[in-house]
Amino acid sequence: MVEPAAGLDAHSPVPAIAPRITLSAWLRRVFASETWVLALSILYFLVLLPFAPDLGNLENLELIVHNMLPLCAVAIGQTLVLLTGGIDLSVTSIIALCSVGGAWSMTTWGLPGGLDFVVGSFVMLAIGAFVGWLNGMAITRLSMPPFMVTLATMMFGSGFAVYLTRSNGIPGLPHSLAVFSQEGIGPIPYALLVVAPVGILCHGFLGKTKAGRWLFAVGANGRAAQISGVPVKRVTLLAYGLCGVLAALSAVLYTGRLETGSPVLGQRVFLDVIGATVIGGTSLFGGRGSVLGTVYGVLFITLIDNSLNILGLSNFTILMIKGTVILFAALGDGLRRRRLGAGR
Amino acid sequence: MNASALSKPNQVRVLSMEAVSKAFFDVPVLKNVSLQLVAGQVLGLVGENGAGKSTLMNILGGVVTPDSGTIELAGAPYVPDTPLLARQRGIAFIHQELNLFANLTVAENLFITGFPKRSKLWPMVDRAAMRKRAAELIAAVDLETTPDTPLANLSPGERQLVEIAKALSIDARIVIFDEPTTSLSVRETERLFALIERLREEGRAIVYISHALDDVMRLCDTIHILRDGAVVASGPTSTFTKASMVKAMVGRDLERLYPARKSAVQSENVLEVKGIRREGIVENIAFELKAGEVLGIAGLMGSGRSELARILFGIDPADAGTVSIAGKVLLNRSPAASIEHGMAFLTENRREEGLLMEFDVAQNVSLAALPRFAEGFSGVLSSEKLALSIKESALSVSIPESKLGRKMGDGLAVRTLSGGNQQKVVLAKWLLTKPKVFVLDEPTRGIDVGAKYEIYERIDVLAHSGAGVLVISSELDELIGICDRIMVMRHGEIVGSFGREQFDRERLLAFAFEGKQSQ
Repeated sequence: MVEPAAGLDAHSPVPAIAPRITLSAWLRRVFASETWVLALSILYFLVLLPFAPDLGNLENLELIVHNMLPLCAVAIGQTLVLLTGGIDLSVTSIIALCSVGGAWSMTTWGLPGGLDFVVGSFVMLAIGAFVGWLNGMAITRLSMPPFMVTLATMMFGSGFAVYLTRSNGIPGLPHSLAVFSQEGIGPIPYALLVVAPVGILCHGFLGKTKAGRWLFAVGANGRAAQISGVPVKRVTLLAYGLCGVLAALSAVLYTGRLETGSPVLGQRVFLDVIGATVIGGTSLFGGRGSVLGTVYGVLFITLIDNSLNILGLSNFTILMIKGTVILFAALGDGLRRRRLGAGR
Repeated sequence: MNASALSKPNQVRVLSMEAVSKAFFDVPVLKNVSLQLVAGQVLGLVGENGAGKSTLMNILGGVVTPDSGTIELAGAPYVPDTPLLARQRGIAFIHQELNLFANLTVAENLFITGFPKRSKLWPMVDRAAMRKRAAELIAAVDLETTPDTPLANLSPGERQLVEIAKALSIDARIVIFDEPTTSLSVRETERLFALIERLREEGRAIVYISHALDDVMRLCDTIHILRDGAVVASGPTSTFTKASMVKAMVGRDLERLYPARKSAVQSENVLEVKGIRREGIVENIAFELKAGEVLGIAGLMGSGRSELARILFGIDPADAGTVSIAGKVLLNRSPAASIEHGMAFLTENRREEGLLMEFDVAQNVSLAALPRFAEGFSGVLSSEKLALSIKESALSVSIPESKLGRKMGDGLAVRTLSGGNQQKVVLAKWLLTKPKVFVLDEPTRGIDVGAKYEIYERIDVLAHSGAGVLVISSELDELIGICDRIMVMRHGEIVGSFGREQFDRERLLAFAFEGKQSQ
């Protein structure tokens, strides 16, 4: 017979806590991570499925993925900026500027088919990088508050885009652009083949690289980060630059879907972008957030949009419901955080 | 002091706590603690970080509700539910981090919980009445300022007086001071003690919590020592010595307060400072730090000690002068460049500048050394090597392994650690950068005796490994205990340098105050 170990002695003054690697522990882990948002999305989907059976159609599921892609790109960019404790209000105007600039280059430079699409896309990315860089420079070199800088860029940029085009769309874009952003190989959209690697790269960048870890530190405590040798200004500049590039990527996709360079493109996505990132667990105060969380947040927002559309609700009703849902999601996030905080 | 207080004929018991217990998540933090407060007496509460002092006082202040036990206030049962109720019952709590608003005026701060109104029907703030009452309160604490001065213009010591004036405004019968002297200059401390003396004479009961045992011996009538949530010793101050207090706090004999030095000063310079000057801050600073040497900088608050450290590390710019590490002159000066050349800097302000409070131990420890673990242009970190080094560094400063997460970002936020463990995290962070020169500004401020000893040991080990250590401290005894050499600063200049055989408390103090020997 084996002697019981001393620690498990029944007369031990401290009662041993029974190990519980059970359902509750598993639920707790889900609850504590970004997976929470994914779970919420699936729950929402399952609850609405009986009322809107079309929701579960393969076609509709494809549509959801399709709609998520451009929003993912711009929301991931916003996540990078929010992590540093800043905010980029100008993403919508970046999208509009890129759309107009890219469309202009594709229609007027007269490049051969295929090449016009590639060059035009790079023009868009360059415009995005430039505006992002401008934001970053104003914030780091002139020590201006991000909110003011990007608000100014947003106003100027959206005005400028309309001014350049006299408020007209630019039609006649290359066919390849439309194919890239609307079609795919079987069920897999071409756009996914670009957005997914970009997302994975950003995820790896945040988790696995020096600069990624620095981004979190800058947002958590800029002074402590600086004293620990973090090049705070360079890191901040990088975040705004990447945010601009990612907004440009979404501009490529949105422009391709509309098949027109539009100066008012993306005006309505801003609230979706902020809603998705915050639901995904990114803090507006910096230092906390993840790419995965943002992707789940985008899924959640897109799902709401899509399901309410299927139910045949008007745009205004959808906005009202979306606002309410975002509020409750934020409330739930706060409660969850407090519970987790108390457990620590 | 004690005799006069004890000889008062009527000892009015203001407050009595009987067998108070409290547990957080089944972990007991207070076990059957009893204590009495007597009007006109100062009770000293000492113990290591985590001994239960704060919880005990938070119970009194209505922040935490006890699980069991009874409290009587002025003879009537007292169940403090909220901080507001505690205030109404005359308990004022002067926290280590002051609860004041820098953007408001002195008068507004004094009345923040209840502005005087014009009348019930016309509930606008009566500014005239507020100013008049504020002026009286300010005068009562000997603060030389006006009610309309923005709080931001006051020094830490003056702000504390505002907090005390706030206590007077509610006519507090019990005033609790939690580590009140950590950010005060010598003069401000003296003024605070005089004020506490006066509060005592007015018949208020005072609780004084501090790690500065000399101050406790000097101020208090009775002393309670807490260890692991229980009162392990209590009695009149005269029954204690500093050594017996330390023994009771730590629970064992600390052979000595400072570890024996193993390192020996070597011949080569690791740090050379020449002609450092910054207008109005420091003037003509030149010194050398040798490998294996522990060099102290003494001086009064405001003498330019911390400012010099910040300039050396490249946080603040210098108007002139050079800094060289291991013979190499630093040209482009910034914290990043200093770290790259092998300098490390532990700031005096660990909450705001030393730590990412919401991040875990591993994330904090890794922060300064990330470039060493990043590969090439992509900057991808070799996570396994990093994780291993983090663990090694954390264990080397004896951070309990339980505080480390299984992987990076998984552990407890450093916010939840005790002050001593937090400081060890900062230490581990800098040790991971393998510094040749380590500048430590007030490394043991607000830290208990046991953790202090461990930090001194780490300093010695680092020096033994061939690094140069520069320690700035307000505690002269500490410098005398651990340094090979001490420089004294006054008005931004180095006015004297003393080898270990010349260490003499009085003489060093004379230099700090007057820049020369007093005789």
